[in-house]
Amino acid sequence: MYVSKQKHMHNEHTDEHFQFRIDNGEYIEPRDYMPEAYRKNLIRQISQHAHSEVIGMQPEGNWITRAPSLRSKQILLAKIQDEGGHGLYLYSAAETLGVSRTEMIEQLHAGKAKYSNIFNYPSLNWADIGAIGWLVDGAAIVNQVSLQRTSYGPYSRAMVRICKEESFHQRQGYEIMATMMKGTKDQQAMAQDAMNRWWWPALMMFGPHDTDSPHSKDAMKWKIKRETNDELRQKFIDKTIPQAELIGLTVPDKDLKWNEAAKKYDHGEINWEEFYSVIKGDGPCNKQRLSHHIKYHEDGVWVREAAEAHKLKTNLSVV
Amino acid sequence: MTTKEALYNYSLRMGDNALILGHRLSEWCSKAPIIEEDLALTNVALDMIGRAQAFLKYSAILKNEGQTEDDLAYCRSEKEYHNHLITEQPNGDFAHTIARQLYISIFEYHFFSHLEQSADVEFAAIAAKAVKEVKYHREHAIDWTIRLGDGTAESHKRMQAAINDLWMWTGELFEMDEVDTILLKDGISVDLAPIRDLWKKELDKVLLEAMLVFPEAEYMQSGSRKGIHTENMGHILSEMQYLQRAYPDAKW
Repeated sequence: MYVSKQKHMHNEHTDEHFQFRIDNGEYIEPRDYMPEAYRKNLIRQISQHAHSEVIGMQPEGNWITRAPSLRSKQILLAKIQDEGGHGLYLYSAAETLGVSRTEMIEQLHAGKAKYSNIFNYPSLNWADIGAIGWLVDGAAIVNQVSLQRTSYGPYSRAMVRICKEESFHQRQGYEIMATMMKGTKDQQAMAQDAMNRWWWPALMMFGPHDTDSPHSKDAMKWKIKRETNDELRQKFIDKTIPQAELIGLTVPDKDLKWNEAAKKYDHGEINWEEFYSVIKGDGPCNKQRLSHHIKYHEDGVWVREAAEAHKLKTNLSVV
Repeated sequence: MTTKEALYNYSLRMGDNALILGHRLSEWCSKAPIIEEDLALTNVALDMIGRAQAFLKYSAILKNEGQTEDDLAYCRSEKEYHNHLITEQPNGDFAHTIARQLYISIFEYHFFSHLEQSADVEFAAIAAKAVKEVKYHREHAIDWTIRLGDGTAESHKRMQAAINDLWMWTGELFEMDEVDTILLKDGISVDLAPIRDLWKKELDKVLLEAMLVFPEAEYMQSGSRKGIHTENMGHILSEMQYLQRAYPDAKW
């Protein structure tokens, strides 16, 4: 092994040396050599992650002005701010790979870059705010905890920071659900309704089965991903079912049962037809989310131009 | 009016100002020109809702009828709110929101700097926290006013229009009635005449730097002291109070 390490140290700009470093558990930093496909894969994943944080502000923002107490309004506002902040660090992490925020936003608007499919579902009642925090952020955390060990340094460090905040969000979401389940019949019905609508889309957040996942193979080889879609999904299910039972929510899966031998829950099949259909653009809010983002981005053009013009004048007067 | 009633009204007024402005600012979520501004505007909204909570909680204690701050925020009817009419004005374009922030944050900076000396310990404590927050709100509004006033021809035009459009709602910031005068005697409330001078002086300086013209129109609209609002208020409340009104028995 010593010999092979020596050999690789003399050929730092090769795919072979790169893979050696990955296998050795090293982090890759912006100026290090990396294969073009690794860079592209990361840009795709990190920008998708950043866009998800930003688009995710819409379904939650939908309830700020109707939040039913001053406390819940403050918690929701602070949570959405955290999500916007996560979007910012992730855009910055992606920028270290040589792509600008403007380019990433253009790709989003052109439909070339994606965001998490989960945000193509609507937030229809106040319990949806609980369900988004508990289930959606809960699923995101499982994925993100795993990504704290991702091989690209800036992405890994962004994940460490993001995970701390997401776990707060998950607890706050669960608290909303628990409060509503202790409340009136109407509140319990809202909570169950939210559970019914968000459960399956939350499971879909982990992506297709490992056998059908197009990006997984390279991403695992390069340790961008450390665990497979199905492994992460199972972790989420095993963690979440007892939480649902504790507050009296029914999981909308008639095939769900505890498998004593495997020490895990067996679950029913996910509706992959729906998954692919929503990814393709045929979901309840796909058009709404994207046109909202485009509209307000365009509305802001004159403000961004003014800020640039003023900066230029100020710089000139300083010189 | 007793001093206690005046105290209640004064506290309620400040709570309502923060509540309604916070509501308006929170409407910017996911709609700002850049994410940094989305965060900045909702951050100001968050400060406002926090301040509303503090004043309304104190109001509920003063009233002593077993109400909470949420009862006051969510279960009053339109005429019972006493927020300045400027706080309920729609966000408009970014320039209008900045103009509204400019007028209000300069006022609040001087107002709370004085209220910090109030003989009422609770007011003084809330004001001390508010001053720290408002320093940032004011800086944010001034920076943007200058940036837009001195940016492009279009931003200059929009910023001047916003400054002019919102001008008629600023007179009310300095109105004083029985509530103010009763409390002034005990060193609890703030005398708004000197605040108006400080406000005008600072505003004049900012507008000059932003190359904007100080508005000349004399007409000022008022009504909030009597609970007479603009048409906007009913819509704000029907949205804000929706869950509380639809499910009166529910605890959230």
